[in-house]
Amino acid sequence: MVAISFTINGKAVDVDAAPDTPLLWVVREHLKLTGTKYGCGAGMCGACTVHLDGQPIRSCQTPLSTIADKQVTTIEGLSEHGDHPLQKAWVDLQVPQCGYCQSGQLMQAAALLASNKNPSRDEIVQHMDGNICRCGTYPRIIRAIQSAAKQGA
Amino acid sequence: MTMIDQAAATKVSRRGFLGGAAGLTFALSLPGFLVAEGGAALAQGAAGPKPIGAWVSIAPDGAIVLAIPTAEMGQGSLTALPMIVAEELDADWSRVSTIYPPVVPGIYGNPMFGGQMVTYGSGAIRGYWDKIRLQAAAARRVLMQAAADKWAVPLADIHTEPSAVVHAASNRRLSYGEIAGFATVPATMPTIDKSELKKTADYRIIGKATPRFDIPDKTTGAAKYGIDAQVPNMVYATLLHAPVDRATPDHVDDSAALAVPGVLKVIPLDHAIAVVAETVEAAFAGLGALKVTWSSMPADAYGSVAGQKEFLARAANLGDKGASFLATGDVDGIFAKAAKTMTAQYTTDYVYHAGMEPMNATAAIDPAGNGAEIWLGTQGPGPNVLAAAKMLKTTPNKIKHHQFYLGGGYGRRSPPDLMFEVLPLAKAMQRPVKMIWTRDQDVKTAKMRPMTGHQIEAALDANGKVVGWRHRVVAESIIVYGAGEKVMQFTKGLDNIVLEGSKHEYGIPNQSIAYLRENRGVGLSSWRGIGAGYNKFVIESFIDEIATAQKVDPVQFRLGLLQNEPRAQAVIKAVADKAGWGKPVADGHALGFAYAKVVETYVAAIGEISVDEKTGIIRAHKFWVALDPGIVINPDSVLAQTEGNVIFGLSQTLKERVSIVDGKVQQNNYYDYPVLRMAEMPEIDIQIIATDNPPKGMGEATLPLISPVVGNALYKLTGKRMRALPMSPARVKAGLTIT
Repeated sequence: MVAISFTINGKAVDVDAAPDTPLLWVVREHLKLTGTKYGCGAGMCGACTVHLDGQPIRSCQTPLSTIADKQVTTIEGLSEHGDHPLQKAWVDLQVPQCGYCQSGQLMQAAALLASNKNPSRDEIVQHMDGNICRCGTYPRIIRAIQSAAKQGA
Repeated sequence: MTMIDQAAATKVSRRGFLGGAAGLTFALSLPGFLVAEGGAALAQGAAGPKPIGAWVSIAPDGAIVLAIPTAEMGQGSLTALPMIVAEELDADWSRVSTIYPPVVPGIYGNPMFGGQMVTYGSGAIRGYWDKIRLQAAAARRVLMQAAADKWAVPLADIHTEPSAVVHAASNRRLSYGEIAGFATVPATMPTIDKSELKKTADYRIIGKATPRFDIPDKTTGAAKYGIDAQVPNMVYATLLHAPVDRATPDHVDDSAALAVPGVLKVIPLDHAIAVVAETVEAAFAGLGALKVTWSSMPADAYGSVAGQKEFLARAANLGDKGASFLATGDVDGIFAKAAKTMTAQYTTDYVYHAGMEPMNATAAIDPAGNGAEIWLGTQGPGPNVLAAAKMLKTTPNKIKHHQFYLGGGYGRRSPPDLMFEVLPLAKAMQRPVKMIWTRDQDVKTAKMRPMTGHQIEAALDANGKVVGWRHRVVAESIIVYGAGEKVMQFTKGLDNIVLEGSKHEYGIPNQSIAYLRENRGVGLSSWRGIGAGYNKFVIESFIDEIATAQKVDPVQFRLGLLQNEPRAQAVIKAVADKAGWGKPVADGHALGFAYAKVVETYVAAIGEISVDEKTGIIRAHKFWVALDPGIVINPDSVLAQTEGNVIFGLSQTLKERVSIVDGKVQQNNYYDYPVLRMAEMPEIDIQIIATDNPPKGMGEATLPLISPVVGNALYKLTGKRMRALPMSPARVKAGLTIT
């Protein structure tokens, strides 16, 4: 095994793991950043969503070998004090229920607002439709994204 | 080690609460609590419940820590229960936080479930309601008495304000923190009578939308679920389960699995093969390389499509009596002389929980093998600890449980099945083991809501009045699956989980409900809404059939049957009004209605749907719900739970189905077990009708109404009656009951 270097939440790291190791397990178990969740391992649910060079990706479908020298952001790095406008809206509107999918939902939503400051409801739904929430927090997710957009996320 | 478990949710460490010298000079944490923590004392017979005082701790600085024994899986009881305690304690809410107590059912058990320390059945609030109010009131009384003694005034002359005792006549006050600084706790806590509890009109915490304790950490990644447990020196395990439930491994070829770098060991379990490795990725790779043959099982010949037809044939065979769940009046007699009878058959498929967090457990066994630590997000800490103790042939106090958040419970995380897998692995490895099932294995090992077949019949008199009712439910038994055949001796052949919701409030004089038990050998467990999930579908669809056959408006028809049920009337009228029932709707759309009392909460719902007749895809546009759970603790949690119920309910109405071929689950993952996604979500409008009645269940109250609402709307729209769940596009397109 050869250590692979990349940046995670602003910190440079070297990870010594098999090159085909999904980024998900690198993040969760090698680096102990457990906010990123394992849901399906098939890119079907979005619970493992992180940003790779600013783009939302499914970390369960992303081999370690493909992220050398890139920038990874996880939920722990979305904001320094948990105060990203989306995180604040999530708390204000009491979005999470079980909460397991919410890191992925937030990272997916953050990528939307980064490229579209004022998404329409349809644009939100289209962008978020790959992220499952079994508890059914979808109505609040939409409202929270709209609220964060209004605050100028 | 630095484990953060559910206690961390409210920023108070267990050490801080229980450490005594470490910060708390006074604690109303009483013998039971300390005994529990002490372990050795527990073994000496603290079995006698000493619950009083075990719930509340107050520090001299006024910080109030409450021991809250319910699992938090998104339903909000980690906040609602403290609201109830704080109300009765008359606490300053801003100073309240919680910890998760040790697993001592004798103190912390839920009276609704035989004192077990479990969280299910929408029973947290309704089960603990009286118990924790009385405990909190006793703690308040101790604080008042201490102040009264200090001031040498009668108890009757003082009162409390938030976190303070006040003697108005002399204008003196002592904060709870100040009292905690000098008071001693009596050996016997005062006894409070229910009549002394606070009156609803005086509530200042209960009924106010209160932000949930667990939410901030659920937006930063800090919230810890079972799967997040990190224990030094741990290894990872994943399982290949028997493809047919409870088959045993016959022959294992583990050479390829062991050749995967990082794989440490392949360990056969009773009904699975475990791959243990230094990393998750190695364990998962090893799983894919296993070659296993399994013992043959009776279920090898079972297929759910054929089984469903057999269930329905059995439901129709009135000579096969089954076990009687309800028998009132003279059902056979009334059917014989009825002016008209109606009969229908309904069926529902197996469904899977599909919680977002795959099943997992972490355990470490002490070197001597007679004690363990377990790290779990579970609905059943009590049963898990008991199972672990039994397995290790030790006592429950030797099992240290760490409670985590649950990434979805929905009933699946109630049984202690994971103990029988993770403990042998931890023993064999002599290292802590974190066991994670893959999603595919989670699906393949589904513990499903049973498939059901129903025959339902109504007898009408010459005026069209429903005078007889016969409902026959055919399904496997969840309690037999969990506890074995012997349990049937105690239940007279019945299964209350399967039969939940089969009774109704329609006041029909002659009724029979019978349970015809099947035994097909598949994995079963409680699933959100339990029996009501299908029984209300059947009842509320059939009531609609009766109403429409008589050309009576379905809402008016139900109001007519529920004349003695004012709370039912209120929710029905409210939702009909809100949804504009009876008024025109958009072209190609229709409204459907259902009413039910589920987990003792009164609910009425209306949904607006349309259908693409070419594809058979039903589109739900809007749902209106009105509900009366009695006293509402945290209104925003009621709204959140109800939104979730509509969406979860719609998911199982339209999409969800596990099929069994040769005894094996055919589905694999979210791609072939789809659940509702955001684009399929309806608009939702909820009206809470709070009444001054004891608070009832919320976590699954609305879910069972969604299927009949959709089916009834579809009938209005197309004239076709869907008598099967799910209402998949294929079934809708064919307009058939079973395809």
